[in-house]
This record gives sequence, structure tokens and C-alpha cells, in this order.
Amino acid sequence: MTPDGTTQTAPKGVLVTTTSASTQSAPLRDQPAVVPPATAEGMLPPTPPRPRRLPTPIRPSAFGAQDVAILVGAALSALCLVWIVFYQLTSLSGGLGFLICWYLAFLGLTWFGTAQIIERQVATDRVVAVVVVSAALLVVGIVIFIVGWVTYKAVPTIHWGSLFTKDQKNFEVADPNALAHVGILHAIIGTIEQVLIAVAIGVPFAIATAIYLNEVRGFGSRTVRTVVTAMSGTPSVVAGIFIYSMLILTHVLNYSGFAASLALVVILLPSVTRVVEEVLRVVPSGLREASQALGAPEWRTVWSVVLPTARSGVVTAVLLGIARIVGETAPLLFTAFGSQVKNWNPFLHDQGALPLVIWSDVRQAQPVLIDLAFQAAFVLMALVLILFVLARIFSRAKGKGRAKTRPDEDDFLARVFIPIPIEEREEST
Amino acid sequence: MTVTTTSRKGQRNAELMAIDLDLAPRTPERAVPTPITITRDYSTPDRIFRRGVQASGVGVFLLLVAIGSFLAWSGWPAFQKAGWSFFTHSGPVVPGAHPSFGVLASLTGTVEVAFVAMIFGAPIAICTALFLSEYAPLRTRRSLIAMIDLAAAIPSIIFGLWAFFELQPNVVGFSTWLSRHLAFIPLFKVTSPPLNASIFIAGLVVGIMIVPIVASICREVFSLAPAGEREAALALGASKWQMIRTVVLPFGRGGMIGAVMLGLGRALEETIAVSIILAGSYKVTHQILQHGGSTISQLIAINFGSGGTLGLHDLLLCGFVLFLLTLVINLAASAIVNRSRSGAGVDL
Repeated sequence: MTPDGTTQTAPKGVLVTTTSASTQSAPLRDQPAVVPPATAEGMLPPTPPRPRRLPTPIRPSAFGAQDVAILVGAALSALCLVWIVFYQLTSLSGGLGFLICWYLAFLGLTWFGTAQIIERQVATDRVVAVVVVSAALLVVGIVIFIVGWVTYKAVPTIHWGSLFTKDQKNFEVADPNALAHVGILHAIIGTIEQVLIAVAIGVPFAIATAIYLNEVRGFGSRTVRTVVTAMSGTPSVVAGIFIYSMLILTHVLNYSGFAASLALVVILLPSVTRVVEEVLRVVPSGLREASQALGAPEWRTVWSVVLPTARSGVVTAVLLGIARIVGETAPLLFTAFGSQVKNWNPFLHDQGALPLVIWSDVRQAQPVLIDLAFQAAFVLMALVLILFVLARIFSRAKGKGRAKTRPDEDDFLARVFIPIPIEEREEST
Repeated sequence: MTVTTTSRKGQRNAELMAIDLDLAPRTPERAVPTPITITRDYSTPDRIFRRGVQASGVGVFLLLVAIGSFLAWSGWPAFQKAGWSFFTHSGPVVPGAHPSFGVLASLTGTVEVAFVAMIFGAPIAICTALFLSEYAPLRTRRSLIAMIDLAAAIPSIIFGLWAFFELQPNVVGFSTWLSRHLAFIPLFKVTSPPLNASIFIAGLVVGIMIVPIVASICREVFSLAPAGEREAALALGASKWQMIRTVVLPFGRGGMIGAVMLGLGRALEETIAVSIILAGSYKVTHQILQHGGSTISQLIAINFGSGGTLGLHDLLLCGFVLFLLTLVINLAASAIVNRSRSGAGVDL
């Protein structure tokens, strides 16, 4: 206890608290060393050392060589078992059926093996993990497979010289080199014009509606929100026949790219509105209050504070909306109608579009046209992918300054496991 | 303010001062501006802004009303002709000189496709969502989520192409297997052999297509399960699955149901992928494995412009029925999802 007196005189600060802790803990540390032997010697027989009485802790999340061995063993034995039952005993057949039976047997054997070797609860946990992981792998696998498959089917037959420069006007069945004389220029023109017009009409409308729902919150905004959610489930085919029955049947418009854009607006509007509203909701209300406290009128607050803050989110919403409508086929059937020749004027006559080319060509019996349909599908998918990547980039750009210091807020594990920086911890105490 | 005169000399001055001081209470009144009464009167630009924005909101409302009313209006002649037999008959019914149309076969087909889609899609979607929110390693989580979102963005016609050329040949074998060995289940019975272009295959494709939609909503709902309860479950010694079963799933139940219903709405409306697979027929069938069957949207897409036995008004009435069906399901679903999601804003 000699250092105690010297540190007592020290100025208050970090040092004092540490020494006081040490002075208090010192006798406590001494006590168990002295007292238990005294009681144990007198009364109790020597007990076995403590660690042995505890069962070895089971950690369901731990995954080691043994677990891999169990999984591999279960997979192999399931394969053998199912093969014997499937082909030898019951003479079933069919590749996919075999695969499904194998998977079920694999799950059962994994459960049984884990329950025997480790523990029943661990077995259930393990089987659920296997099911969950395999479902996710299946979905990701299908996505990769579809993207790869379309590329694989399209790219080898693409005639780059004509694909983007010609339309389908010159197609002849007898032509052995038909692919060199046809292309999808008419469809690309149509898709670009229709989507751009739809965006020009739909996006301002959608942003204004989102502002109404989240910023102005006037009379009836609740009803409008319900309507927007209801509309986002509108069948795309219904959007098409709506425009058809309202404008084309009544001879206001003919089949044209513009009618198609209007049908696309019906689909674009609710989806963009919903995403923009979500984005606006995340804008901190402190910013709005600051702007209004400075005397800015409401429109100024929305225009100069809210929308710039939400800019990247709005761009993301628009890009995702475009990715959604660019591949819509059903509404175009009733509005743009499709055409084999290029038509630059979206307000007059039938117009082609990428999805329409796929839809009409794939149902032809001509291999060349089917090849062309795959090429159109490839171009369409590339377009969607590019839009999607752009949307990701813009959504990533959101809040650059904050992202560095704080972990991702939607991410539960990140919030829990990334330690709080030291400066913040000191502030909070 | 009180004034005391301290000397006689200063009487006059004091009087003057008093006059000044009489005025004194008034001067500060003049100097301090009258406090602004705070009203909810908006300035003219603000009023224009609010009106404009409100107009677009009302416009959306009117758009929905217009969709419903135009379809109902232009489908009305068909309903007049067919009456309630529209819902109880299938295909073109020809009673005398007025051919009318019944939607029953397509309606049951729509429900069957959606049913198959939900049987396959919903469990896979929920498992995928669980994987994304609970199991996926942190580093890969973001890219996996992006991949699922990408799956939602792939056009349905590409899914249709893939299903027609790649999925169908493989699934026909499986259908044969099912029909041969599980024929005691009425759904799997097959009476007329070709097993391609079946409701089962269409349902499978649609099931795959709804996975990303259902999964992304479920993932969001699962990740909202409170961290405290999760940690409490884990601290009590629960395994991961026990934690999920006791904390994550009960917290996310409402959202999960809503998400599955949104997926159902999507499955009911799917047009192009189904149209590529299904050949179409006007017969009510419950044998989902064999050739045939149709859905409402497929009926509209295939028969549009082909003239034939189907009048335009019949198609528009079908569209109206589909519109009402999806409207009801989507409204119910979004009500359920919204209730399970907190709408609190972010505050500084």
C-alpha cells in the first residue's frame, strides 16, 4: 500500500481513478487466495478441478473440418442411397427428380449425422443453414445462368456490321446470309424514343407526387399514397389496353410510339414515385427546419435543400424506373404495335421496340429470326445491366462524408460488430 | 417608469423630461416592430407550388380512376351480352346469334399458375431473404443484394425466352416423372400426353420471377428485427436457427405475409413469360402437368388484334377483371407491409 500515499496527492485525472481501482481490488485479489484453502482443509474432501465438470461448450456457429466431413459424407451417402433406391429398387427415372430426391436425402442424412456426432439442436441449425444457403445459391445461379445463357446464344451469331445499322425490311427467307442484311436499328430507335418520352412525362410527374406525399402532405395525401401503391401493382397488360381503349379506340391517337410512351408512363409513374418518396423521407428534417428558420419559403426549401440532398437517390430511382420499363413488352403490344422498318417519328405510325422484336421474331419458324431475337434480347439485357450499374454507382455516391465515419446503417451486423470510433465513445461518456 | 424630481431648479426640466418621459413609453413601441402573427397563409409562390404539387397527386388518383372506368366502360358491352355467364363459362359461348365469352378457364388458369408460382417461389424467396439478412458474410452481402435486385430488373421477356428454350426441355422430364409416380395426387394426373406448354412450367417461371421481389421486401423486414432481442436470444444460448425462429420470423411475420401477397399480385399479372410458354385453350383444367391452360393476361396478349371469335370488348372486360383482382391483392398486401414497417423519419 506504499504507492497509495504518493498518488493521492496527484492532481485529479485519469491516474487517480486507476490507482483507486487498484487499491480496492488489491485486498479482493488477496482474499480468495487466503480464505478458500482454510475452509477446504477443514471440511471438504478435495474436489475435482472445475473445468472437467462443465460439458464442452457447443458452438452451433463454429464450422470446422468435422462439419465439412459430415456434409461431404452426407452428400456422398445420399448419392449412393438415392441411386440404389431410385434406379435399382423402384426403377424411377428422370434427372431433375433424381436431383431433388438426392437433395432431400442429403438434408436428412446431414441432420442425422450431425445429431449423432454433435447434438440434435446443432443438427437442426445446420440443416436450416444448408437449406438457406442452397436457396440463395439457386437464385444467384439462375440469374448468372440467364445472363450467361443469353450472351452465349446471341454473341456468336451477331453480325456487328448490320445489327445496329439495319432494320428487318430486307429479310428474305431464302437468303443464306440473311443475318448480314437484317438488324434491330428500328427497334433501338423505337425503344429509345418511347422510353425518353415516357421519362420526360413521367419523372416530373412522379417527383411532384412524391413531394406532395412527403413534403406538402396536404389534404388527401394518404389516399394518394394508397393509390400509388395500388397502381404500382397495375398489370402491365392492363396499362397497355387502358391506353388502347382510351386513346386508340377513340381515334385520339393511332398506333404510335407516343401511345406506347403513355402506357409506359402508367408503369413508370408509381414505381418512381414510391422510390423517390422513400428517398425524400430519409432527408433529415433538421435540414428542412433550418431552411425554413432562415425564412425560406416552402418551394425554396424543397428546391434548394430537399431535392439536392436527395439527388443521388432520385437519380437512382429514375434509372431503376427506366430499367423497369425498357423491357416491358405487354403494354407495347397494344400501343406501338411493332414494325419491321425504322420509323423515326414517334407520333405517327407503328413503331418497333426491342421487346417487340423478341416477342414477334421468336415465334417465327425462321432460325435467322430466332437468332435476331436472341441478339435483341442480348442488347436489351446489356441495356438493363448498364442502367442497373449506373443506378448502383449513383446510390453509392450518396452521403460521401458520412459513409467514411459511420458503418452502414441498414446493416445490422455492421452496426453491431464494427466498433464505435474512440472519439465518439469519449463524447458519449 | 416612475420619475422623481430631485430639485426645484430642475422643475421645468423635469416637466420637459416628464413630457419626454410621457412620450418615452411610446417611443419603444414605435421602435420595436409589431410582432408578426404566425399564420398558415402561404406566399403566392408557395401557394402555386403547393397547388401544382397537389395537382399531380390528384392526377395520379384520377389516372387510377380513369384506368378502372375506361376498362369497365369499354368492357361493358361484353358483359351486357354475356351477363354473369361471363364468370361461369369458359371460352366463346355461342347461344344463337350473339356469341358471348366466358373467362372461367382463364381465371382458374391464372389462379393455378399463381399457385404453382407461390409454392415454388415463396419458400425460396424467404430462404434467400434469410440468407441475405442473417447468413451471408458481410463482405459479399452487398453484392449479393445487388444481384437479387438485378434479377428483379431482368425483363420478363428474357425470363420467358430462357424458360421456353432452356427450362422447358428439362422440366418436361420432371413432369413426366411426377405424372408417372405421383399420379395419385389429382393435380399430377395426366390424361393427354404432351407435357410441354403446361401450367406447371409457366408457374415455375413465374415462381422464379417473383423470388427477387419477395426476397427484397422480406430481407428489409428481417433486418428490422430489433438487435436487442437478437442478442438476448443468442445470449441465452440459442443457435442461429433458434434465434431466427424466435426473434426474426415473429417480428417479420406481417411483412413476410405482405411480401408474399405482393409476389402473388405479380404472379397473377405476369403476361409475356406466360404467353411464351402457354399455348392457350378455353378449357378449365386442373391437370397442371399437361399441355394447355391459359391465364387472363395471356389471353389478352395472344388474342389481341387477331380478331377471331374473341371480341375486343371481351378482352377489355378480361382486363378489367384482372385489374380488380390485382388491385385488391396489392392493396391488402401493401397495407400489411406498411403496418409492419415503421414509418419514422430520420432526424438530426
